[in-house]
Amino acid sequence: MKSRSLIFSFLAAFAVAVPAQAQELKFAFQGTLNSLDPYNLNETFHLGFQGNIYEGLIRRGADLAIEPSLATSWEVMEPTRWRFHLRKGVKFHNGNSFNADDVIFSATRVRAEGSDLKTRIAGDTQVIKVDDHTVDFVTTKPNPILHVEWSTWYIMDKEWAEANNAVSPQNVGGNEENYATRHANGTGPFELVSHESGVKTVAATNNAWWDSGNRDSNITKVTFTPVGSDATRVAALLSGQVDMAYPVPVQDQKRVDSNSGTRMLIGPELRTIFLGMDQHSDELLHSSVKGSNPFKDKRVREAFYRAIDIEAIKKKVMRGLSEPSALMISPKLTNIPSGRFQRLAYDLEKSKQLLADAGYGGGFEVGMDCPNDRYVNDEAICQATVSMLAKVGIKVNLLAQPKAKYFPKVLAPNLDVSFYLLGWTPGSLDSWNVLYNLHGCPRVSDGAPIWNKADRNKISSGKFNIGGYCNEEVDALSAKVLSETDAGTRDQLIESAFAKTIGDIAYIPLHQQALAWGVRSGVTLKQRADNQFKWRFVNIK
Amino acid sequence: MMALVLRRLLQSIVVMLVVALMAFTIFRYVGDPVAMMVGQETSLEERAQLRVTLGLDDPIPVQFGRFVISMAQGNFGISYQIGRPVSELLVERLPATLELSGIAALFALLVGIPMGVYTALYPTRWLSKIFLGISLIGISLPTFLIGILLILLFGVTLGWLPTFGRGEVVAIGGWTTGLMSTSGLKSLIMPAFTLGMFQLTLIMRLVRSEMLEVLRTDYIKFARARGLSNRVVNLGHALKNTLVPVITITGLQLGSIIAFAIITETVFQWPGMGLLFIQAISMVDIPIMAAYLVLIAFFFVIINLIVDLLYHVVDPRLRIDTDQG
Repeated sequence: MKSRSLIFSFLAAFAVAVPAQAQELKFAFQGTLNSLDPYNLNETFHLGFQGNIYEGLIRRGADLAIEPSLATSWEVMEPTRWRFHLRKGVKFHNGNSFNADDVIFSATRVRAEGSDLKTRIAGDTQVIKVDDHTVDFVTTKPNPILHVEWSTWYIMDKEWAEANNAVSPQNVGGNEENYATRHANGTGPFELVSHESGVKTVAATNNAWWDSGNRDSNITKVTFTPVGSDATRVAALLSGQVDMAYPVPVQDQKRVDSNSGTRMLIGPELRTIFLGMDQHSDELLHSSVKGSNPFKDKRVREAFYRAIDIEAIKKKVMRGLSEPSALMISPKLTNIPSGRFQRLAYDLEKSKQLLADAGYGGGFEVGMDCPNDRYVNDEAICQATVSMLAKVGIKVNLLAQPKAKYFPKVLAPNLDVSFYLLGWTPGSLDSWNVLYNLHGCPRVSDGAPIWNKADRNKISSGKFNIGGYCNEEVDALSAKVLSETDAGTRDQLIESAFAKTIGDIAYIPLHQQALAWGVRSGVTLKQRADNQFKWRFVNIK
Repeated sequence: MMALVLRRLLQSIVVMLVVALMAFTIFRYVGDPVAMMVGQETSLEERAQLRVTLGLDDPIPVQFGRFVISMAQGNFGISYQIGRPVSELLVERLPATLELSGIAALFALLVGIPMGVYTALYPTRWLSKIFLGISLIGISLPTFLIGILLILLFGVTLGWLPTFGRGEVVAIGGWTTGLMSTSGLKSLIMPAFTLGMFQLTLIMRLVRSEMLEVLRTDYIKFARARGLSNRVVNLGHALKNTLVPVITITGLQLGSIIAFAIITETVFQWPGMGLLFIQAISMVDIPIMAAYLVLIAFFFVIINLIVDLLYHVVDPRLRIDTDQG
């Protein structure tokens, strides 16, 4: 009948006209997403995830270059006054407008009790509203890298937080759940739909995003599931149940690559893995040498360095997925010309000779601490180190533990360690962080004399300089680096500082580990060296 | 009977207290919760302040006392990691674990009992030998290995079943069930099989040995002499008498299944209480660990109580004793 065929053709036209582009991204990660409160935990995965829903004044591109985000531009008006011009017409997911009040509120909240991101803005920095779309930051000392960590300082909506009793970050140990733990209201390209910690988190595209023109993806829905078991995660990727899974353990990467439906995305990560030695104690806590500390002698440190065959570690332990490094920071984060610094060559004979010269020709015993679930193949690297050092007569007693036990043991205030493995990524993606935290003389306040162990729980600088390496010249250079505003001079200062630390053999750097993302065929995305996964670059065919 | 129940409930409180005390003593050695709650740049003063706020520096008896008092008020505290009340978390995850354990136990019973009967009645047939071989494998292969092999075969190679998770769940009141959707049912198959495998072999062997023993008794001989059919003799008389110890064992094992579904839940990323517990251990989330252990102790006591009551119901000899006593 005419009317029926008319209806059918009408419906058919409708079916054709509706675009079939509702693509869903499903991905899995080894850890769980706990709180959605952006100030709750200063940890890469959480911040990276929240960075799809929330945004900061700046953001970083796929190559980690700084780009304007909620701030369109900024200028340094005086060395201690920075002015940020805020983007107009931006709305939060609940429709509220973004303006200077939200920035000031966020600046207060990030420094409040309960926030883990207090270091994003110094406590004594004033945040001043100039007008609805301009904010000034007034610091007490010049800080050329004031904003570099702000890609993970997310701006929250003041009205939303006040309406939902989330003005302060989660009160740990309190009796109530903070609203921001399971709900989110940001300005980002995706908005939260639901969140069940440890089970599933769902987000959907925010069609009112201010930068929709730059959205390079066809995703409308994102589902994240944590899958802790390595084997299960790889199986989920291979079976196509998830589109992307990370990290893929080294032994499964070949399998994922050779499988026709999936591929591996390997890239250098920013984390540097290194060995540290106690150079501060008069006698090592865990060693057979009594009355003196062998690590205080540079020859012994060099002997240890030269006994490590980094290429063997790269080939056998890391299966080629590491980049041996002479620096304690990823070269990508510095402007040091490549080739300027080289690793000390692997040389067993020289190592034995150095030990003999230092008076330890017969070798000695030393205890080593290592995490076993924190970095890629951390325990295996330590075990390789043990057997390599045995060849030069050093007997290493290895204690490998989960990170929940390892970190309390080796970090201040316990410092119960003589020889250890650690990894470090500078949160600010800048060298000063490495010079200050890893190489700074441990002091209870800047300018104070070097600490003694009784003051160990008051240390402010050199918190992660567990071995107590100290060179006052490096400290002086580091202080200049902090306030030097000319980029060229700053780079030179950084280079000189590293030259000194490398000359002193402060640490034995090993390598930068590699990122291992497993991706399903038909999915394109961009991988970032800081292991943050941004969904706005994902395309699914 | 009432006296028995009341006595048992009082005992359960004592059991839970003892478990909580032991758990608290052990927690000192699991690691430092504060280290897992903050980022790498957090200052030492703040970490120390956090320890004070959480009461971690107080002596063990004080921490324990605080825990018992708040537990008595029904407050299990807030998870350090997730930031939500622990009681809410446990209630949310309980349906997943109970459903999985229930289906696994049912599977073990429904398949194990017939297998046991068959191998007892026809011990020389080749099918019996196959069943016994399977039971050997089931007992000797560890749970996680069975799980991973199944995922590899059915999830990756054949692609018939989902490799992890619970699929679509339907919420009915406070309960979430996966039984009402195809993806939920498909997701249940492998985990339930993995979890129930050990129980299945246990039940099969138990039924088999009990049946063999019962089949040799006099009353069975008399029943056959009377001319009753094989089916009536084997299933009506022999099987009924073998079921008493089976019920006991199954009941006790149900507690084990619920408590130790941890491994299966980890392999299949099944969002139940076991997975919550394992995650809590690695992150040193003490409120969750303490609440979980106490809850499991309570489950065990209740299950034992029910099994003992069932024993009274099923076995007439015990009933007579109680009435006379």
